[in-house]
Amino acid sequence: MDTVTLEGTEYNVLAKRPESLTDKPFTYCPGCNHGTTHKIIAEVIDELDIQHRCIGIASVGCSVFSYEFFDFDFISVPHGRALAVATGAKRMRPNAVLMTYQGDGDLAAIGTAETIHACNRGERVTCIFVNNAIYGMTGGQMAPTTLLGMKTTTSPLGRDATRIGWPIKMSEMLSPLPGAAYIARVSMHDAKHILKAKAAIKKAFRAQLEDKGFSMVEVLSNCNVNWHMTPEDAVKFVKEKMTENFPLGVYKDVWEEEKAAKQPKKEEG
Amino acid sequence: MLLEEYIFAGFGGQGIMTIGQIIAYAGMLQGFNTAWIPSYGPESRGGTANCNVVISDELIGSPHTHHPNGVIVMNAPSFEKFEPMMAPAGVLVVNTNLVPQRSERDDLTQVCIPTADIALEVGHPVLAAVAGLGAFVATRGVVEDTYMEKGIDWALPAHRKDMLELNLRAYHEGKKAAEAQLKKAAK
Amino acid sequence: MSDDRVFMKGNHAACEGAYRAGCKAYFGYPITPQNEVTEYMSAHIWEHGGTFIQSESEIAAINMIMGASAAGARAMTSSSSPGISLKQEGLSYIAMMELPMVVMNVVRCGPGLGNIAPHQGDYFQATKGGGHGDYRLITLAPNSVQEMAQYVYDAFNLADKWRNPAMVLTDGTIGQMMEPVDYTSMPWMEPPDKSEWQLDEFQDGRKRHVLTSIWLDPADMAVAHEKLIAKYDKLKKEEVRYSEYRTDDAELLVVAIGSPSRVTHSAIRILRQEGLKVGLLRPITVWPFPYSAIREYADSKHVKAILVPEMNWGQMIEDVKLAVLDKKPLHFVPKHGGLTFTPEDLTEPIRAILENPDNPDTLWRVS
Repeated sequence: MDTVTLEGTEYNVLAKRPESLTDKPFTYCPGCNHGTTHKIIAEVIDELDIQHRCIGIASVGCSVFSYEFFDFDFISVPHGRALAVATGAKRMRPNAVLMTYQGDGDLAAIGTAETIHACNRGERVTCIFVNNAIYGMTGGQMAPTTLLGMKTTTSPLGRDATRIGWPIKMSEMLSPLPGAAYIARVSMHDAKHILKAKAAIKKAFRAQLEDKGFSMVEVLSNCNVNWHMTPEDAVKFVKEKMTENFPLGVYKDVWEEEKAAKQPKKEEG
Repeated sequence: MLLEEYIFAGFGGQGIMTIGQIIAYAGMLQGFNTAWIPSYGPESRGGTANCNVVISDELIGSPHTHHPNGVIVMNAPSFEKFEPMMAPAGVLVVNTNLVPQRSERDDLTQVCIPTADIALEVGHPVLAAVAGLGAFVATRGVVEDTYMEKGIDWALPAHRKDMLELNLRAYHEGKKAAEAQLKKAAK
Repeated sequence: MSDDRVFMKGNHAACEGAYRAGCKAYFGYPITPQNEVTEYMSAHIWEHGGTFIQSESEIAAINMIMGASAAGARAMTSSSSPGISLKQEGLSYIAMMELPMVVMNVVRCGPGLGNIAPHQGDYFQATKGGGHGDYRLITLAPNSVQEMAQYVYDAFNLADKWRNPAMVLTDGTIGQMMEPVDYTSMPWMEPPDKSEWQLDEFQDGRKRHVLTSIWLDPADMAVAHEKLIAKYDKLKKEEVRYSEYRTDDAELLVVAIGSPSRVTHSAIRILRQEGLKVGLLRPITVWPFPYSAIREYADSKHVKAILVPEMNWGQMIEDVKLAVLDKKPLHFVPKHGGLTFTPEDLTEPIRAILENPDNPDTLWRVS
């Protein structure tokens, strides 16, 4: 077991910061799930031993500085274009592992076309889609995934479907596309779900490493600051309201499909 | 200084663009500077199509020609459009199968050839434009036959090389028809 | 004459220039009059070990190029005017991140959908940055099929030399026409080594590479700006290119690019036969622009007036004005709508200017 000596006393190391994170402390708001999401991604990358061939694509939003926290090659790109940039890099470097880290405005509003077509081409890239139903960086404006009735600075009376439509469901939209290998929606509202999220993220990277196709994990997250809630209430809101609007689960699993295809067909009786 | 400026015109699909490319390519083989430019875009799809060819022993300036000294018209609208633009002493080849008009100008050499009839006699309607090209070279003999024949070969895609013999025959039949007509006119 | 000449379309020759420069990525979207580039790339880039994607949009294409360039590859996209507008966002990021790449604009007539005829309305966009922020593209302006190949080839080398995006600015006439091309001046080359900064899968044992265009602290951003500006200043000193035709004794100097420069050539031949002393200065790099070369003519005793013909409302003439100032009368002959110049469009005003260098019919004023 690793040990560390602090002020003359030797301690056993039981847990440590993943290798795939830099030493820089997270600068996200207290209670925000970005930090935990970064950590489980870094753990997955460590476990798969792919840190030194990972290329990250930072998008625009609260995670615009994600490249300061992940310790591998990174590029910060225009709003919504992460999956197009990832496409170009992956086509030139098929042995690199491409990850985009995008928010709901980036992936599901301004970058919808890039998202759909990267998936439809079956690009061998892994997309981490953090859905917190609001624009955090710009100060709490309505997102494409904002729930009906939710008040934001650009839906001050609450989101009204007749005026602006419904919260968009990206996992449901993308999973029927043949290019998708693995699509799952997970949540960060408690430890059990965070572990499930980590397992999903690992599977998403495996889809890329095994050359199966496009993979995306939609991570339901909170924004207590712009939701004007205490961190505790915000977590509760994710658990109760977000998961109600955005059902958790695996929407596409290429391995399951392959398994099903191999099983002998039962004769119809 | 040699400055040959041609416009070949007709319906889209008649092979107008290709015969322009053939003579421009052949001119290059013969050692000239050459340029070809299409009228591109919607107007060249199904409607009238034309291309400009410039052949020179000097650097070519504008690839567009507004006063051509050589014109092939494969359909009636092309005659209306281009015959009045022609430079004096120019050469005009008229496809009599589709063009009822004849030039009244006495400063042009006009050759009237039934290119579609020649094409059918040789064996395929698609050969009309090449027959027109043969008639044109007979009348304005700047590019030599050896290079023209190479140009015809060059323009045929690999899977259509079986058409080479027919194309060469159509070219020479067109040429012969024009020569006969020119001889008659000289008498 | 060289026996190595092949007869090709400008848009196809541009692709051959790219292959010879080691271009391994082309991403693009169909638009007339540059479809031949996308089509030719889709058919042939594979033979040169490269990759083609028909993108979902021009925006996606330029961002795919950003990714390929960041990954160290020589990458190119192309379009025509409306599509180039869509690429401006990506070009701004690419310029700030100092990613080398090549973009070609086969200019058509605008604004809006305009038409597909040749035009020069995108000169400002190509030479003054084009997207948001303060940056420049190295911009080359071919006027023949030979130069389409050569300048795409050169653009790749300039882009890598300076770590700067490069643009090939041409018009529909040059893209659509066929002419002989000789590739002997474009030897096949492998892209240069970019392992010092590229994103790749060989990070074990080295510090990670980060490419970004964001510096929230204005003091930090100022440093990034100064680095760019220093590069641009050096570029202006070292990379200006232009050609001259019969300028030695010219009383009237024409400054033109693209297809109008070819018509100028024809016009000069006609006018010289009449004994009129006319010459052509053709900028090859429109950024950096050959201000000094034009200024020397403006200062010379033999030049009485300067004329700029453009297929627009007057764009390059503003750069010429910066060179000429009020030293000599400056004249402008425009062509609108996608119509092309005839030699007569130029010979007539030139005769008039030579008779009266201040001829008000064509005299260009700032206001």
